[in-house]
Amino acid sequence: MRQYWWKILCIVLLLYTFIAGFLVKVPEIGNLYQTIRNLFFHVPMWFAQLVLITVSLVYSILYLRNPKPQYDLYALMYVQTGTVLGCLGLVTGMIWANYTWGTPWNNDPKQLGVAIALLIYLAYFVLRNSMTDLDKRGRVAGVYNIFAYFIYIPMILILPRLVESLHPGGKGVEGNPGLNGGDLDPTMRKVFWPAVIGWSLLGVWITTLYLRYKLLEEKKHAH
Amino acid sequence: MAGNQSKHIWALVKKDFLLEIRQQYTFYGILLYVASTIFVLYMSMGEGPEEKVWNGLFWMIQLFICINAVAKSFLQESKGRMLYFYTIAGARDFVLSKLIFNVVLMMVMSLVSLLLFQLFLGNPVHNPLKFIGIVCLGGCSLSLVFTFLAAIAARAQQNAALMAIMGFPLIIPQILLLMRISNAAFADVIQAGLTSIVLMLVGLDIMVIALAVILFPFLWKD
Repeated sequence: MRQYWWKILCIVLLLYTFIAGFLVKVPEIGNLYQTIRNLFFHVPMWFAQLVLITVSLVYSILYLRNPKPQYDLYALMYVQTGTVLGCLGLVTGMIWANYTWGTPWNNDPKQLGVAIALLIYLAYFVLRNSMTDLDKRGRVAGVYNIFAYFIYIPMILILPRLVESLHPGGKGVEGNPGLNGGDLDPTMRKVFWPAVIGWSLLGVWITTLYLRYKLLEEKKHAH
Repeated sequence: MAGNQSKHIWALVKKDFLLEIRQQYTFYGILLYVASTIFVLYMSMGEGPEEKVWNGLFWMIQLFICINAVAKSFLQESKGRMLYFYTIAGARDFVLSKLIFNVVLMMVMSLVSLLLFQLFLGNPVHNPLKFIGIVCLGGCSLSLVFTFLAAIAARAQQNAALMAIMGFPLIIPQILLLMRISNAAFADVIQAGLTSIVLMLVGLDIMVIALAVILFPFLWKD
């Protein structure tokens, strides 16, 4: 029980997200109508991506302090799952934007933020695969991971100040920097934050499964 | 200790400048790169693009110049020589000296390219003094980020292409901020919040320097 309580929590939270997400009464804002429910599925994926790359950052720091090979593998795997979630968040957002804003790609700071994150972490994969020496690969990739993370976070805080936002709550230059959430309806907030935790936990779960598979595979090769 | 360290850094910077003066072909190489890029741009654009286009092109060209000017800073050092520097100076001194050298080099290149831009592509700048300041700040910001990425790329034994894929997404905040403040030099009206943007840019630069100083020792160890 001590080991897998969070998996149960993850399932419960996601069930809640799906049931409440489709049934809860949502406020009517402009032309959003019922598509506002997308908030429970599309935005949390992006949050989960942020959580996973933060976990990856922690493992990169741990690797630099104490170079154990599994830390490097952990860092890589968390970035991989984060990138998949980022892609999903981007695609769901683009489908939604196509109907709400007219085109799938608008020059929106949040969209740009996700796209930049994808570019950064795809470059991380390219950098990793360009080296064969395991120790050096871990160190160089870890350094890049930390460097990129600390530039990426200020970037998502700066971007909304510089680019007009179409997202609810964004008012162009004077719009909210960073992540909105203050302007969320209370009933929606009750579903939104559990959804964020649920999706993040699902991301961690997927990563741990994949990690176990990878570690077993490495063990097999070692024999 | 601090005095000793600054002496080390100064010696390393001096060595880089001496190398640059003795092997002038690299310096002239970059200079020629700047000139020919801008000339090709002029040939394909015709003269006098709009202010916004001028601004965008200017900073894009700065980006490419920066990659080419900075890329060689770590790639030129052979493995044996790196080991030698490692024994006589600390990793931090080494990276700081490289940062200083590249900032100076990039500022010179930025000013040269500004001059060539004025010559070939017209002069939409209303406020030249301010714009020169912005160009110096911009060259400084770009070179800091790319110096560190050059160190990473050199460790991965890769060429400038890897530097570009790593660097382009990471340079976006600086480029956007620079575009925003350089718009101020195109109009006579005073822009609101200009100082806060400049401060943000300086803050980013300081953060990049701090990250480079903290992370470089891990890159260097073998």
